[in-house]
Amino acid sequence: MGIEQLIGRKALTTRLDAAVGWARKYSLFQYPFATACCSMEYMSVACAHYDIDRFGAGLPRWSPRQADLLMVVGTVSHKLAPILRQVYDQMCNPKWVFSFGVCATSGGFYNNYATVQGIDTILPVDIYVAGCPPRPEAVLDGLIKLQEKIRNEKQQY
Amino acid sequence: MTLFEEITEHFSDPIFDRHSRLGDATVILSRDALPGVIRFLREEKRFDFLMDLTICDGGMEKSPRFEAVYHLFAFERKERLRLKVPVEEFDPHLPTLTGEYRNADWLEREAWDMFGVRFDGHPDLRRLLMYPGFEGHPLRKDYPKDRRQPRIGPGSTPATAFEREPALPERLGKALTAAGVADPGEEIMYLNMGPSHPAMHGVVRVMAALKGETITASDVEIGYMHRCFEKEAETHSYMGVIPYTDRLNYVSPLINNVGYVMAVEKLFGVTTPERCRYIRVILSEISRIVDHLTCIGAFAMELGAFTVFLYLMKARESLYELIGEVTGARLTTSYTRIGGLRGDLPPGFDGECRAAFRKIRKDISECDRLLTRNRIFYDRMRGVGVISAADAISFGFTGPCLRASGVSHDVRKSSPYLIYDRLDFEVPLGTEGDNYDRYLVRIAEMEQSMRIVEQALADLPDGPVNLDDRRMTLPPKEEVYNSIEGLMNHFKLIMDGHGIRPPAGEAYFPVEGGNGELGFYVVSDGSGIPARVRVRAPCFHMISALSYLIRGQMIADVVPIFGTLNMIAGELDR
Repeated sequence: MGIEQLIGRKALTTRLDAAVGWARKYSLFQYPFATACCSMEYMSVACAHYDIDRFGAGLPRWSPRQADLLMVVGTVSHKLAPILRQVYDQMCNPKWVFSFGVCATSGGFYNNYATVQGIDTILPVDIYVAGCPPRPEAVLDGLIKLQEKIRNEKQQY
Repeated sequence: MTLFEEITEHFSDPIFDRHSRLGDATVILSRDALPGVIRFLREEKRFDFLMDLTICDGGMEKSPRFEAVYHLFAFERKERLRLKVPVEEFDPHLPTLTGEYRNADWLEREAWDMFGVRFDGHPDLRRLLMYPGFEGHPLRKDYPKDRRQPRIGPGSTPATAFEREPALPERLGKALTAAGVADPGEEIMYLNMGPSHPAMHGVVRVMAALKGETITASDVEIGYMHRCFEKEAETHSYMGVIPYTDRLNYVSPLINNVGYVMAVEKLFGVTTPERCRYIRVILSEISRIVDHLTCIGAFAMELGAFTVFLYLMKARESLYELIGEVTGARLTTSYTRIGGLRGDLPPGFDGECRAAFRKIRKDISECDRLLTRNRIFYDRMRGVGVISAADAISFGFTGPCLRASGVSHDVRKSSPYLIYDRLDFEVPLGTEGDNYDRYLVRIAEMEQSMRIVEQALADLPDGPVNLDDRRMTLPPKEEVYNSIEGLMNHFKLIMDGHGIRPPAGEAYFPVEGGNGELGFYVVSDGSGIPARVRVRAPCFHMISALSYLIRGQMIADVVPIFGTLNMIAGELDR
């Protein structure tokens, strides 16, 4: 006797991890930590033309408490670094970090006294998107890659 | 009698020298003569604007090592004057000008921060761009470009630590005393906005002392996006600086490209071919529309009008596609070259541009119908953030924000560059100098920019876009591959230690940027690397007035006031 006969057509069986991962990947609430040029492309991605909403990440949250995806958009200087870390610390678990553009990823071509050479020196990063600034398509590609990662993760509940 | 003769008549001995190279009148004077000369120039000769103040570091071997450079502008006579004051290394101080010009406050703080030149009598001389605990003055030639002093993480020290920042009551104490609140007591509430706040697009921090919902005193902190444009420019070739100019004002990068390149061309004393000048105008004006669309869209969204944001971003997208076809990039274009452009316009640009304008006109009229006579919008904008013409001039406002106060100053009209003197366009003016006028001026300017582009497209001449001058433009590829002269010429312009070498000298070139006069001051010592590149950022001066504008307003009014000033962090913090 299969389990289908027992529960009829009223339920779907899956691993809890997979179900939670699937739900989480389509309900990303991002906190846009937008500082520089990349925020122009962030605006393009968020608006109707490229429409980040199709990927379930359309609702920017302006408070770290309500967000689970920290989008670091643009250059982070040493003056700003502690604030970024504070925002990250205030976010609830589970949380992911999206490094948007080369400045956030590696400092870009700003190799100087003021610029942090990659935000991974101050917080853990899940996905890096290259480009100065990345085209909106590249950002969406990065988002899909991050969603894959979230779906396949061992989930914490 | 010339201006210089009048100055020498009034102040005999401490004037050192004068010259007038490349059309820039320059007076070199001693620091003791400076306050008197400035007062004379401002009161008698109507030099109302302190356009810029910067320091040039000549290096350790030069004596006197530093040179303070003041750029003045007489708005009625459209006259510019540069004052230079030598400053010794062992005794670096200058008299303050805060009594004469209000924007001198921040300019002097920046000069102190970056170069360590003190200003005697400055009311509040402290760091502006770097953080407390930062050691040294980074724009001095002997400060290594990559000596980092982090505040958290690896390499941070107790001196630079984040926790060492003073608390809000301590920081605002001075501002409160200045506002006449002797004893803050308990009814004052301290509120921190930013540096990452939804209403602050970009990173700027407003610390306010509130009584109820009214702001009694505030302190604005910038520098969170300091990326050392000027230090980077001092370590790259002339050509290599162009990509950095894109990222100064990333909403209208093409205007920045044009401004920087024209400053270098001024050093060479050349003018570009006719077709190149037309194309530069066309692209600058398209950039200006992008700038205004982004500004209006962003502050409308922050006031809750999200639909307007979506409409205007749709309009911006069609312009980005247009720019992308011409330059190959949507945002960071790097399109101009010294002596010309990267390439010609693509075929069919004319038709695409006109089609894009048809769409934009529709989007702008939709935005106009949604906002302009909207009761809520009107009430939040009208009479809020008022700045009088005199105050706006004293703070060094330029561009739409100055014109909203009723002052007709537009670089395109007052000192025309490229082909602006041949074009027929109007300069829209406001009357009240409040948020609503700043909004209306921007809406009207977009229409004028489209008119300019249409005129320029109609009589776009044929011909080359690059100057045929081997000191600055690359030779054609067939010469490079087929002749030794061509190859050597290419090598000399490209390789490290060679490069484009303008003759020694200095040039200040202003253009009308998206939100005001954008000036590049380039100093050449004859080598392939600029000795100094200084950018006169328009929004720096406007944000220096933010604290003044929000005093006495409600906390919710910070959002539209800040929005209509159109802050761009890249050029604000350099």
